[in-house]
Amino acid sequence: MAERVAIVGVGQTHHAARRKDVSIPGLVREAVDRALTDAECTLADIDAVVLGKAPDFFEGVMMPELFLADALGAAGKPILRVHTAGSVGGSTAIVGAHMVAAGIHKRVLVVAFEKQSESDAMWALSPQYPFQPPMAAGAGGYFAPLIRAYMQQSGAPNHIGALVAVKDRQHALLNPYAHLHMEGITVETVLASPMLWEPVRYLETCPSSDGACAMVFTDDAGARKAPRPPAWILGMSTRSEPIIFSGRDQVDPRAGRDCAAAVYASAGISDPRRDLDMAEIYVPFSWFEPMWLENLGFADKGHGWRRTEAGDTRLGGAFPVNASGGVLSTNPIGASGMIRFAEAAQQVRGLAGAHQVDGARRALGHAYGGGSQFFAMYVVGRERP
Amino acid sequence: MREVAIIGFAQTRSVRREVERDEVELVQQVVAEALAQAGLKRGEAGFTCSGSCDFLTGRPFSFVGALDAIGAWPPVEESHVEMDGAFALYEAWVRLQHGDLDTALVYAFGKSSPGDLRRVLTAQLDPYVVAPLGPDALALAALQTRAVLDAGLATERELAVIAAMARGRALDNPFAQVRGRFDPDTLLEAPYLLEPLRKHDCPPISDGAAAIVLAVGDAARRACARPAWIRGIDHRIEPQSLGARDLTRSVSTTLAAQKAGVGDGPIEVAELHAPFTAQQVVLTRALGLGLTTSINPSGGPLAANPMMVAGLLRLGEAARRIHSGEAQRVLAHATSGPCLQQNLVAVLEAG
Repeated sequence: MAERVAIVGVGQTHHAARRKDVSIPGLVREAVDRALTDAECTLADIDAVVLGKAPDFFEGVMMPELFLADALGAAGKPILRVHTAGSVGGSTAIVGAHMVAAGIHKRVLVVAFEKQSESDAMWALSPQYPFQPPMAAGAGGYFAPLIRAYMQQSGAPNHIGALVAVKDRQHALLNPYAHLHMEGITVETVLASPMLWEPVRYLETCPSSDGACAMVFTDDAGARKAPRPPAWILGMSTRSEPIIFSGRDQVDPRAGRDCAAAVYASAGISDPRRDLDMAEIYVPFSWFEPMWLENLGFADKGHGWRRTEAGDTRLGGAFPVNASGGVLSTNPIGASGMIRFAEAAQQVRGLAGAHQVDGARRALGHAYGGGSQFFAMYVVGRERP
Repeated sequence: MREVAIIGFAQTRSVRREVERDEVELVQQVVAEALAQAGLKRGEAGFTCSGSCDFLTGRPFSFVGALDAIGAWPPVEESHVEMDGAFALYEAWVRLQHGDLDTALVYAFGKSSPGDLRRVLTAQLDPYVVAPLGPDALALAALQTRAVLDAGLATERELAVIAAMARGRALDNPFAQVRGRFDPDTLLEAPYLLEPLRKHDCPPISDGAAAIVLAVGDAARRACARPAWIRGIDHRIEPQSLGARDLTRSVSTTLAAQKAGVGDGPIEVAELHAPFTAQQVVLTRALGLGLTTSINPSGGPLAANPMMVAGLLRLGEAARRIHSGEAQRVLAHATSGPCLQQNLVAVLEAG
């Protein structure tokens, strides 16, 4: 890239099932104001805005960047609205980072949100397409068979998913912004919770959240003036593949593997297990932790669950995953990917608070969407590349 | 900035109701044609970006199916904006500035026929205080048209002349939907659709798709005899609240035009995304276009207006004038939102 890109401001809302105290503009502005405060700048310092969210049908507002332009301080500026399904939070960040990298803008604000209390995600995620089998069970109905396939292929024992569900909720207790704060959750309570989509139990799924996330990106000159340590973007990549075709491996999709290979190459990482200190990975159902550990190269094929079982992915473990509590603890869908990117940035800035991974120097932010077919990733580092 | 040019452009014919082909099939056709013009095979474009909107089809994730049309296997680097394809082209232009990729495929599709477009567009408004009042797309355009008439910027007859010109010029455009020779005075005999709008002041409702291929520097020169170089491109938005805007002006268009360098030379052809006749008056003034500029020789959105595509069509139609050798320096404009809320301006040049 022509210009280096630094993250100098990060903000997110306090996430909850229902943020009845704010409208959609109020929700996005809460995250934006925190990011601007972190960067010690104002909306007047922002050159361009990129907004991301998942389907407009969630809130029933068509192209909401239009009515949100004023609240986002975008009047008189360029604004783009990105939508790449569940990966959109990550894709939105990458589109904004490219604007700085290309030297087009000095300071770009990226924002993502979802207000699930004003929407019906189960309905909107159960579309009926002509000539395709109906998917009337939301995202869980789509992903449960992939999890069953993973369990069969890898021989993973049944309780691995529950381990992830407990671990991420324990991490969330250290994160004041997280939606779920489940004191005393245990493997037993997870396994005793109702079965929703076999083998996914209620406590192994993500919640429905209201929330937003925002980040301020700037160039070298902007980073020098930043009041707090920046996170530097070392590499970024996106990959997409079609949702259905004969022979497609949906458990270990090639788009994810290719995206990871591309982001490691652009970040100069030859061995992700050695060169990265932690990852924020999009895990909406507990079993996706071991599945993505393999897809991303953090574990050998069929062995991701062993790293989870060994406790490697806990805070304090060999390779902490989702120290923030992850999507399992906070899920404003359109923002969930950007929260992964933001949390990875906070880790390398040393600003993650109680869920800080000691000595984190390089971290991966990961988001995926659609039928495990859209991927967006970046690697951030403490040192200027 | 790296030099980026439009080297391929294809569109479907705009029709009121496309019943035989779904969105994937529409996209497949235009993508294949645009790639062939650029000398690229399926999957060879370095970056792909699309524009579409779920609210038109009435289904979430309409862009996911469209991915089937581009042959995204092996997996591709790809993005999507829930906007007109012109903004997807902007994202692709930014991506090409990076230096690691030399070509990009941009496509857009929109079928308005499954729904009631006039009412669907109400969902773009503030969901708390404006949308519940139910102003539809025509009502908002009527307000803007009334403001233009009251300000003395145009008469109803002058608006009818704009409509007659558009339909007449569309006779030369085989992809247009509304075409023919019309007498402005005869058009004025029609009753109001929604005062002060008559039917001819409004765009047709269209189904359609379009695709454009971008290439950088020598890659563009190798593939195209006369690449349409993007010399400047910029877009700006205004607050949505109609009470916060002077509807007779388009300050965001003027600003984008300044940033895109419109004033650096004469503009021979301008393709304006003005779905309503009065909006052409507003845009012509905002861009400072004079009598020497040919406006919408394709017929423009008054002749064919597939939603999410019509802005990208302006870029393609403008580039076509460069490709054919008819013009040296042209302007393309795209808009989004009610009453020209968001505007993109690009300047394309030969050589």
